[in-house]
Amino acid sequence: MQEGESKAEKSVRVKRNSKGISGNIFTSLFDLAINLTDIIMAPIQKVIGANRMAYVFLLPNLLIFGIFVITPMIMNFFYSMTGGTELFLSDREFVGLKNFQILLECENHLDPNTCNQDLFWRAVYNTIVFVVLQVGGMVIISMLTALILNRNIKGRGFFRSVFFYPVLLSPVVVALIWKWILQREGLLNALITYMGGEKVLFLLDANWATGWVIFVSIWAQMGFFTLILLAGLQAIPAELYEAGEIDGAGSLQSFMFITLPLWTQTLFVVFVLSLIRAVQVFDQVFVLTGGGPGTATHYLVQYIYNTAFANQIPRRGLAAAASIVMGGVLFILTMLQLRLGREKEAA
Amino acid sequence: MFDIKRFLTRTKGRNRLDITDILTYLYLFAGIIVMFGPVLWLVMSSFKTQAALIEFPPKFLPYALETIEVEGYDEPLPLYRVTLEDGKEKVLAQVRRVGIEAQLIDPEKPDEIIKVPIDQREEVRKIKLAWNNYIEPLSRFNFLTYLKNSIIITTIATFITLLINSMAAFALSKYQFKGRDAIFVIIIATLLIPISVILVPVFLVITGIGWNNNLWGVIIPGAATPTGVFLLRQYMLTIPDELIDAARIDGASEWRIYAQVILPLAGPALAVLAIFSVMWRWNDFLWPLIVLSRSEVFTLQVGLNAFQGDLQTQWHFILAMTVITLLPITIVFAFLQRFITTGIATTGMKG
Repeated sequence: MQEGESKAEKSVRVKRNSKGISGNIFTSLFDLAINLTDIIMAPIQKVIGANRMAYVFLLPNLLIFGIFVITPMIMNFFYSMTGGTELFLSDREFVGLKNFQILLECENHLDPNTCNQDLFWRAVYNTIVFVVLQVGGMVIISMLTALILNRNIKGRGFFRSVFFYPVLLSPVVVALIWKWILQREGLLNALITYMGGEKVLFLLDANWATGWVIFVSIWAQMGFFTLILLAGLQAIPAELYEAGEIDGAGSLQSFMFITLPLWTQTLFVVFVLSLIRAVQVFDQVFVLTGGGPGTATHYLVQYIYNTAFANQIPRRGLAAAASIVMGGVLFILTMLQLRLGREKEAA
Repeated sequence: MFDIKRFLTRTKGRNRLDITDILTYLYLFAGIIVMFGPVLWLVMSSFKTQAALIEFPPKFLPYALETIEVEGYDEPLPLYRVTLEDGKEKVLAQVRRVGIEAQLIDPEKPDEIIKVPIDQREEVRKIKLAWNNYIEPLSRFNFLTYLKNSIIITTIATFITLLINSMAAFALSKYQFKGRDAIFVIIIATLLIPISVILVPVFLVITGIGWNNNLWGVIIPGAATPTGVFLLRQYMLTIPDELIDAARIDGASEWRIYAQVILPLAGPALAVLAIFSVMWRWNDFLWPLIVLSRSEVFTLQVGLNAFQGDLQTQWHFILAMTVITLLPITIVFAFLQRFITTGIATTGMKG
């Protein structure tokens, strides 16, 4: 026993030596930090007992969740029922459901011009168009890319990284990269004039701007979904394909009858995840177009942001009401995802 | 020769080059251009002078006018290749331009002014990196402050994230106590509440604490992440309880067990969370945008956004600052890409 201990000690010492001086400084600093914190922690443990130390370990996390997530969540409901321009809840007057009324008040809900908050309804319709096109495009392109990356290709790791790289770029960087390419004298217009076309003001035309906003967000996120879909593909056992080949299945048949059925769960998860994210579209678009031209790329989160923070007279109660409407939609989508995820686990 | 042809047309398994193989590689190489091209274009453009940037059609490489110092002139003079009346070609320095006429001098004989119509001269260009795009914003704007703020937030927030999430994960994975499962469910449930839904009340809380325009207001709210707790808890569940029992018998306090037994063993999971935390914090935009409204506390992302609004004509600065902003993430990715891609594929998490 004793001998074993000394051996272990020796190996620790050897390990520390091999780390060099900087490693030694780091470990001794770490030890010092533990010794200092233990001066507080050890007496606490004496008082409450070893097992209740779990609460101490949980405390910082729960405090942060409580103060910055759960309290605001509850406050949001009260906030949405108050009016005025004051910030603090106690200074605000109670108005009941008036904010929701203002938000939803329309002569004709299909025509934003007849609505009290026409910007909100424009944002709703813009968001619906964005979500349908972006999620549709994203799922199709990610599927295609995942299928291609799953083939027997050389340098798969490299190509996977190629498609994934933009995922890591910040929304501001992504927006600026594309703003530079799409501007009037930018690279794309240079290519168009080179091929004999006319310059296009991509970000100043409502349809072009919408199209590019969708394209850029697919460009920035598809690597993430491709990765999840690829993991789903690789989880399909190879024996199934071998068995299919023996039974004489062609590549189309093995795709239809082996790949697709076993891929459906992952596809649904990707579909709902991208849906949840698309509903919250904001930062990239905010930097790329600022919601313009006009209100062409003005989406829900930007409506909330503008109403609460950017406008001259903030109407935070109204913004809270709008965020509850959006939160409701997201909640339903998340529940859908959780149910599908559970089914996936069960399957 | 035959070997090269065979090498190029080699396929896996089959003997002939299938049409689908060709399409696959076409798709992949188009992918390289579409995914990397825009970033490459940004980097190239960031090294161009302001004059080269407004040039249309743009060149791929950063060319700049060659200049020369001539005695008697304060500024360096741009060089032009000129065809003279006697048919000879000469490189001259332009002093000024009057309408369609350019006044040039021979650098070797600076006294004699030669007048030439502007269409008979051609710029002398060479590849030159306009480092000034990078250097000038450092001194002229608050750029260094933004960089400093971003580094402070990223470092401290990542440290706190690792510390408190590993503490919570330790409690949830290694203790039996009342309410454990309920607490775990509540923590995971906060995943359902995206920040964009509670923008207004969180801003109110931050203001109540007095953290407006304070870096702590950016650091703390996001420090407890449900994904982090989940990832670490799942990993710690695989650490055998016997190690903890042995340390208890040796008389170690619970805090020591956490710090000296569990933390070192959870290294791989901590590394993954650290990488993610660095990326989340460095790229974060919406939250700092709301908490920080004074420019001395801006992060790089918020500062960059403010710049692109204010300095619409100063693209040479914006581009260079964008490159600096994406550089750290790119370096992290280049070294740790396997970590990151497998980490995401297995946990499905992203900021």
